[in-house]
Amino acid sequence: MTDAPGDRPGRTSGPRQEEEATGMSKEQIGRFLARQGILIAFVLFIIGFTLANNRFLAPDNIMGVIRSSAILGVMALGVTFVVISGNLDLSVGSMMSFSAIVVLDLHDAIGPGLAIPAMFAMTLALGAFNGFLVGYLKLNSLIVTLGMLSAIHGLTLTYSGGKNMDIADKEGTWFGVFGQGTILGIPVPILIFALLAAILGTVLAKTPFGRKVYAVGGNGVAATFSGIRRARVVFFCYLMSSLCVATAGLMQASRSLGSQNTVGQGLELEVLAAIILGGASLMGGSGTIFKTVIGVLILGFIQNGLLLVGLQFYVQYVVTWIIIILAVWLDIAAKRGRLLSAIA
Amino acid sequence: MTEKPPVLRLENIVKTFPGVRALDGVSFSVLPGEVHALMGENGAGKSTLMKVIGGIYQPNEGRIFVDEKPVVMATPLESKAKGIVFIHQELSLAEELSVAENIYLGELPRKSFGRVDWATLYARTNEILGKLNVGFDARTRVGELSIANQQMVEIARALTQKAKAVIFDEPTASLTDAEKVVLFDVIADLTANGVGVVYISHRMEEIFKMTDRISVLRDGQYRGTLVTAETDQDEITQLMIGRSLDLTRNDRHSELGDVALEVRGLSCGHFYRDVSFEVRRGEVVGFYGLVGAGRTEIAETLFGLREPSAGTILLDGKKVRIHSPADAIAHGISLVPEDRKTQGLVLGMNCRDNMTLPQIDDLTAGPFVAEGAEVAIFDQYRDRLDIRTPSWRQIVGNLSGGNQQKIVIGKWLSMHPTVLIVDEPTRGIDVGSKSEIHNLIRDLAAHGYAVIVISSEMPEVLHVSDRIIAMYHGEMIRTFTSDEVTEDNLIQAISGDARDGAMAAAAQGA
Repeated sequence: MTDAPGDRPGRTSGPRQEEEATGMSKEQIGRFLARQGILIAFVLFIIGFTLANNRFLAPDNIMGVIRSSAILGVMALGVTFVVISGNLDLSVGSMMSFSAIVVLDLHDAIGPGLAIPAMFAMTLALGAFNGFLVGYLKLNSLIVTLGMLSAIHGLTLTYSGGKNMDIADKEGTWFGVFGQGTILGIPVPILIFALLAAILGTVLAKTPFGRKVYAVGGNGVAATFSGIRRARVVFFCYLMSSLCVATAGLMQASRSLGSQNTVGQGLELEVLAAIILGGASLMGGSGTIFKTVIGVLILGFIQNGLLLVGLQFYVQYVVTWIIIILAVWLDIAAKRGRLLSAIA
Repeated sequence: MTEKPPVLRLENIVKTFPGVRALDGVSFSVLPGEVHALMGENGAGKSTLMKVIGGIYQPNEGRIFVDEKPVVMATPLESKAKGIVFIHQELSLAEELSVAENIYLGELPRKSFGRVDWATLYARTNEILGKLNVGFDARTRVGELSIANQQMVEIARALTQKAKAVIFDEPTASLTDAEKVVLFDVIADLTANGVGVVYISHRMEEIFKMTDRISVLRDGQYRGTLVTAETDQDEITQLMIGRSLDLTRNDRHSELGDVALEVRGLSCGHFYRDVSFEVRRGEVVGFYGLVGAGRTEIAETLFGLREPSAGTILLDGKKVRIHSPADAIAHGISLVPEDRKTQGLVLGMNCRDNMTLPQIDDLTAGPFVAEGAEVAIFDQYRDRLDIRTPSWRQIVGNLSGGNQQKIVIGKWLSMHPTVLIVDEPTRGIDVGSKSEIHNLIRDLAAHGYAVIVISSEMPEVLHVSDRIIAMYHGEMIRTFTSDEVTEDNLIQAISGDARDGAMAAAAQGA
């Protein structure tokens, strides 16, 4: 919390480092490795995959990776706000399933033009509920959103009766544009991801709200002492998260014009993995949208590379877990090094 | 002095923290059988020194000797193993366990199969308790004891260990007179057995009664050792306060304007009761009292962090309701909080962003933060407060304590408040920055701010305040003007010694 990894401009090695005369260089190397370890590992991965399969760096493969990462990426953009504010959102996976099921069902009932805003409203209500519990009632975000993960799953199954949801007339709807369309040859999911990243990146970096998100996550007490209404900031972070989830649900539903109840299952962990890979701290106060995008792409390329070298799809669940552990460990190692130097 | 070698000796101990030299070449020794007082103001380095001895901090330079053998106290356990025992101000007992279990924790006498030998345990404990002449027995649950009795348990625990040196940190703070007598007997017992005792206290009376020698620290430096029998209170004070002695009283009065803040009958649960005062523009009002006297809680109420249970707050003669810091800020009240690291600053953020945080909603161009305006504000207050930082981009956590505090002050000055409350403005800050901040507070008054200063450091309160409100246990005991206040009458007022007399005097004065 004291020291975020260098995401704010102008981070230099401060007096603290300079004061430690003994073992400084060794410590600095350690910190560098801890901070850049993921990037180094990523480069090694790329080299290995390219040697193993020359299709890995082909343009169509790269485009394919970005496209298939877009849904995860959109979700990660919203969760980045929550993580920087010092909280977690584990409910995004099942919330995305909910969005996809609801919008597909309403598509046939009231038409896509009404189904989309209705689905957004319902998903935002779930996000607002998260935000109310964590922000205003000050409940632990891990407990709240873990509970919501389960509760929303139950809600989705109740809504669908446990059945897969499909659009009846797949030929006669424009609904597929969000998942399948292209504009100027670029797939729409990539455009949505890029546009949303640009907008939310600006919100986070350039607006008063973004500044308050960093302050609340960096030191919530000091933020309160500065007149910031912490609960409100946290509330809007969850709202932002659910807005992104609704968008991702729309993209998911549109891509296949049908959905299972469990389409988003496990995505909450991949989202967190991507954010941590980008270098945000789970302690809050650090991270950027740009870094999250990088994290999403690293995760996408690693998973793609594993497929290309011939590993089974299911292996990536294990690999994702390994990546999360590695990233969290590096985050803690970097932090611990700094904490120790502050005390001793 | 004795021929015997010291049981504990420190040589040129240096301990630095980022931006602070907490101990600057401190040497100090304790002879067997002596009581050696360690004195110094708050922040002089006493507790840092104790943490070095106790193995909690590692010194950057210097050596520690036990029985003239060089030792390294890498952990608290090592310190304990070398025969150094601490009696802390803050107790560290397991409340759910019995007195006996607490005393012998980790070394319970055993029977076969690892079973605890309760009979022996209770017998041994009662023997020690008998020596201490206390009114409870070995089986009593510690949680049921008064704080004073819990302290006696700590002392009993120390007695069971083969101590070479015992360090008492403000041991009489919560003891009654009768309990003090017992404590002094215990100390006499220890010294008779050749144990060296370090005695940390602010109470002169006890120092003269109990100790053989007195060592004084000031601003992390060792100022000298006096033989108790050959010195007097003045000499000690001189060493402790040093050059700040001539700063004792505020002689810079600003021109007083209208009443900016008026508080009538404000109460908040058991924290404070029936507090009434006013602060004029151009005036500095100091709040002085012991920790727990309710000063910080009053500040928190004025800043919307704590709801009062009764009373009214008037700003410029108008009654206001303050439910949150945002409300307080909107009404022109600012608070420089007690703990700048946890309450005042987002340490991982840069200087500029910290400074403009309270007004970030107003510093906008369209939907965006107007970064140019932010930098302009930062530059203005960097120059005015002489904040030393290479750039606004510097992460606040990397600045020295004094510069961090100036960032917090700048943050609130840039809001142009009517009332500025500063809680412990110079805690943990080096001497140079201290006097800068004191001058700044006077300057602010001269510019028409109404300022409230809360401090536990008497020289500070005396130096900056036009009026001083003495608090004791949540009550205002007396209000002094800077002409009538002396160290003596202020100490009496806040320690409750002369409570009734002072209240009578205050009633007469009213």
